[in-house]
Amino acid sequence: MQLLTDGLVIQASIGGLQGGDMVFSIVSFLILLALLKKFAWGPLMNKMEERENHIANEIETAEKNRVEAEKAAQEANEQLKSTRQEAQRIIEDAKKAAIDQERSIMEAANEAAVRIKKSAEEDIAREKEKAVEALQAQVATLSVQIATKVIEKEINAEDQEQLISDYIKEVGEER
Amino acid sequence: MDHESPMLEDLFGVPWLDFNLSTTLMVFVSSVIVFIICTLGARKLQMKPTGFQNFMEWIVDFVKGIIGDTMGWKTGKVFLPLGLTLLVFVFVSNMLGVIFMGVVGHTLWWKSPTADATVTLSLAGLVVLLSHYYGIKVRGFKAYCKGFISPVPFLLPFKIIEEFTNTLTLGLRLFGNVFAKEILLSLITKMAMIAVPFTTVASIIPMMAWQGFGMFLGAIQAFIFTMLTMVYISHKVSEDH
Repeated sequence: MQLLTDGLVIQASIGGLQGGDMVFSIVSFLILLALLKKFAWGPLMNKMEERENHIANEIETAEKNRVEAEKAAQEANEQLKSTRQEAQRIIEDAKKAAIDQERSIMEAANEAAVRIKKSAEEDIAREKEKAVEALQAQVATLSVQIATKVIEKEINAEDQEQLISDYIKEVGEER
Repeated sequence: MDHESPMLEDLFGVPWLDFNLSTTLMVFVSSVIVFIICTLGARKLQMKPTGFQNFMEWIVDFVKGIIGDTMGWKTGKVFLPLGLTLLVFVFVSNMLGVIFMGVVGHTLWWKSPTADATVTLSLAGLVVLLSHYYGIKVRGFKAYCKGFISPVPFLLPFKIIEEFTNTLTLGLRLFGNVFAKEILLSLITKMAMIAVPFTTVASIIPMMAWQGFGMFLGAIQAFIFTMLTMVYISHKVSEDH
């Protein structure tokens, strides 16, 4: 307790208002204020404001870029879709063309087959005719030969004579 | 262990021009320290802040927040340097006395300048004067005078008294807190000196505790001083008061 009262008495002696100190503290505070405003707070605030603007700009740019990118993506998507459709169409066309071609090839082949068959039949008929003709000629000759042979064998002198005379007669009559 | 103040009375024969040289010294020292710290902090400013610059910008944002809370950023923008300087100056002043006390012979030289009522009352008076100045400047003389008699003319004497009580409470709150802190610090120091090895060891813990509390108190008081400054100014500057 003794300590405490001692302390209070000692410190109280510091108290009281000194005019000189008042002036000094106010003046030094104002000088400090002016100096700091020029050298510390001014530049700091400027920098912070600059950064704020910079960030705002960046955000704006980013937003713009985002919108652009979105648009580009959409465009790409649309293009992709149309390309896909076109591809689909081309494939379908190709399929149709292939089917058409198949059909036409088949038709052509059929036609060719029919034609070939026909000509072959004609050939066959012609050959047959030719063969028949040849056979006929052969048969005639053969029959003549056979007949000659038969006649040679069956005919006797008498008949031979008769025949010759007939023949001669016949020749004579013709003249 | 009587601590005396280095008084210098009636400088140049002017009767009111007294100096407590320790206060004068400490005001000068803390001004220089504040100037050095803040100028260092504002050097080589970059768009991408690092270290010290971050800290300084945090302080700026802090005071911005105080101003924004009391009067809105648009009207309060001009008071930012004032608020910042007050905050840093009062804080550094409070801290100077926490770290150590300098006694030369029987004279107390090193202390918190804010442990002297002269300094705190001068600052408070400056702040209140500034609030009047800006009240007239921002709202015009007519609106400024009208502020004293609104909402009813009957309040005029109270409004005038309020200006003085504001000054006194603003200054004396800071002074009282810091002064009490310094008294207790010196008492603990004295206790340590009573019987040197034993009480010294015993007083380490209360000393540390009180120094810690002193730093907390110094920070809080610096904040309160700045906050109330902005409140008083906003009373004069804002339209709705």
